[in-house]
Amino acid sequence: MKHTIAVIVENKSGVLTRIAGLFSRRSFNIDSLSVGATDNPDYSRMTITVNGDRDILEQVIKQLSKLINVIRVSELDASESVERELAVIKVNADKESRSEIMQIVNIFRAKIIDVSHRSMIIEVTGDEEKIDAIVQLLRQFGIKELARTGKVSMVRGARVIKA
Amino acid sequence: MSQKMTGAQAVLESLKREEVDVVFGLPGGVLLPLYDAIYQSDIRHILVRHEQGAAHMADGYARATGKVGVCIATSGPGATNLVTGIANAYMDSVPMVAITGQVNTWLIGKDAFQEADITGITLPITKHNYLLRSAKDITRVFREAFFIARTGRPGPVLIDLPRDVTVDEVEFSWPEVELPGYRPSFKAHEMQIKKAAKALMEAERPVIYVGGGVKYARAERELIELAVKINAPVTTTLMGVGCFPEDHNLSLGMLGMHGTKYANYAIQESDLILAIGARFDDRVTGKIASFAPRAKIVHIDVDPAEVSKNVRVDIPVVGDAKNALQGLLKEVKPKGRSDWNEKTEGWKKDYPLRYIPDMNIIKPQYVIEKLCEIAPDAIITTEVGQNQMWAAQFFVHKDPQKFISSGGLGTMGYGFPAAIGAKIGRPECDVIDVAGDGSFLMNSQELATAVVNEIPVKVAVLNNGCLGMVRQWQELFFDKRYSATILGRTSPDFVKLAEAYGAVGLRATKPSEVESVIRAAMAVDRPVVMDFIVSPAEKVSPMVPAGATLSEILELEWCDADQYCHLEKIYAQGRKEILGQEGF
Ligand SMILES: Cc1ncc(C[n+]2csc(CCOP(=O)(O)OP(=O)(O)O)c2C)c(N)n1
Repeated sequence: MKHTIAVIVENKSGVLTRIAGLFSRRSFNIDSLSVGATDNPDYSRMTITVNGDRDILEQVIKQLSKLINVIRVSELDASESVERELAVIKVNADKESRSEIMQIVNIFRAKIIDVSHRSMIIEVTGDEEKIDAIVQLLRQFGIKELARTGKVSMVRGARVIKA
Repeated sequence: MSQKMTGAQAVLESLKREEVDVVFGLPGGVLLPLYDAIYQSDIRHILVRHEQGAAHMADGYARATGKVGVCIATSGPGATNLVTGIANAYMDSVPMVAITGQVNTWLIGKDAFQEADITGITLPITKHNYLLRSAKDITRVFREAFFIARTGRPGPVLIDLPRDVTVDEVEFSWPEVELPGYRPSFKAHEMQIKKAAKALMEAERPVIYVGGGVKYARAERELIELAVKINAPVTTTLMGVGCFPEDHNLSLGMLGMHGTKYANYAIQESDLILAIGARFDDRVTGKIASFAPRAKIVHIDVDPAEVSKNVRVDIPVVGDAKNALQGLLKEVKPKGRSDWNEKTEGWKKDYPLRYIPDMNIIKPQYVIEKLCEIAPDAIITTEVGQNQMWAAQFFVHKDPQKFISSGGLGTMGYGFPAAIGAKIGRPECDVIDVAGDGSFLMNSQELATAVVNEIPVKVAVLNNGCLGMVRQWQELFFDKRYSATILGRTSPDFVKLAEAYGAVGLRATKPSEVESVIRAAMAVDRPVVMDFIVSPAEKVSPMVPAGATLSEILELEWCDADQYCHLEKIYAQGRKEILGQEGF
């Protein structure tokens, strides 16, 4: 069972290590983790996808909350949140395949951000399934390189998660 | 009234403001500026002979006094020598501040001489840690560190202090603690208290199960009041020993692997367990799936992460033990004696802790009984192994600050330096380290510390010529193949060892000599090592084999044939568990 949590932390050196260390020490599984500054530069926001049952999730939240640099931990219910991931994909592209790739890019509302004789780089955002799908389709041309960000997530509507 | 001073002076001023009167440490290159400031201050510094000793002394001091213990070590090897002591304090929630020297900030990360990433190393064994990068942060960080160490669930905090930070000049200030991410719980939720009280009132077979949390909250009085008011029997963990007077008729003593039969039976038969400041450790619960099968569980703990970590909890009460107990006392009504009291007291009569006395060989249990008789009010510290269990079982404990033992980590070599720390914190008390011949050697160099600083602690070595607890398991689970556990006569002569350091050494080889040796040791105002040559084959009894249910507790000396077969079966299972189990 996958759960998404948003963690607001103090923007200080070593905080990421503390969180990663906690996960490995307590044998919690991280599926993905993304981190960046919030509107307030004193704080960063992490979005962490955790694999495990309810009891594990509860322990993860409680143990994270114990870290001194962690300000807030909230579970994000997938049905009430928007979730996005970004991927950049360098794919083989020659004269023959280029137009077919561009069609796929259009269908996924992705973007081509670099073109050369033999390859191009595609940028795509969306939820995990969408990215999995385009990666799957592009495989036939030969993916040379792939970089994904990990998920960021936010609750729809008025509810706000901040420090 | 701002005042310019060096970073090192700011450290000393911070310690003074935190009312630290003693620190335990050993200097080194990067600490020269700090030690120069110590030299010029009036703080008491105890020079140790190994940094592990400093950490355990700070720990023993903290447990005996309730204050934050402070230890200091230099960068690199000094800092890594503290690691065991910090891990020990972390596992047992001991308030401690460890100060380590670090190389100059511009050298950090360059593999400089005596550089070790001590904040990285201690990340999983500290409540929090800091690497100071600027002298202006010193006072804030020290204030935060002490606050974090002593509040909520206490624990060790490490401050890594680069050399240049201690030299730089700084304007002294004493800022208020502002930690937006740290909100230790204190006040228990009223609704939960009411629910807990109702469950207690409805229970027919309640047991109160007490851990170290009651000691740290200084909630012993409230505990006794509650137990008496509702006539509920009380059992304690190793960390909780002394929280409830063991000579009280409601006391069931210690539970778990080497607990009393009656405590374990009571837990298994109870319909309600009130756990207070205890964490359902595997040494306490036995086989977790069959732990207290009929009981509803109420769990009072200051650390929300402990609730439902190891067992499912029906009624969690997050908060300080004293606060929660005061709340409960208001809610519960007095309850008279019941069949349950008859039953648990019957078990107490039928299955007392016992051993077979001997006229010719000293039984280790006998030594503990004699210590208790002669020095009933002494602070007892322990090493780890059989000595520790016998000290817990056969001394009648009444004060949690007077039983000091390494519980969570089980650190051999803890007891002696902890005794020194305890004696410094409570000079009016007799302090006795109950030791094994294996454990004592792990920090016996601190005899020098005790002698030089005139700290008259006593060590009672239960000299059984082996790493007894491990040998016991080998006897039971490994067909008596004593791999690397027989010390025989390879230990030094402990009497001469003591004398070499300038301490007093005494020896008893016959039961008739035990009392006079103890009396002689207690009579001198100097450090004493008592070498008791005890029976080598003695086992700690009773015992719940690893992986067995608490009620499958066995008396190792009194097995009848049926039980013996049963025991063999469990041992066969236990062996698998042991082989797959790290640590001891
Ligand atoms: C530092 C450390 N190393 C190893 C162990 C494993 N261990 C647990 S009990 C024990 C035997 C202790 O022997 P001794 O101090 O002679 O005490 P006894 O059990 O004989 O009373 C050992 C080796 C430990 N707990 N701590």
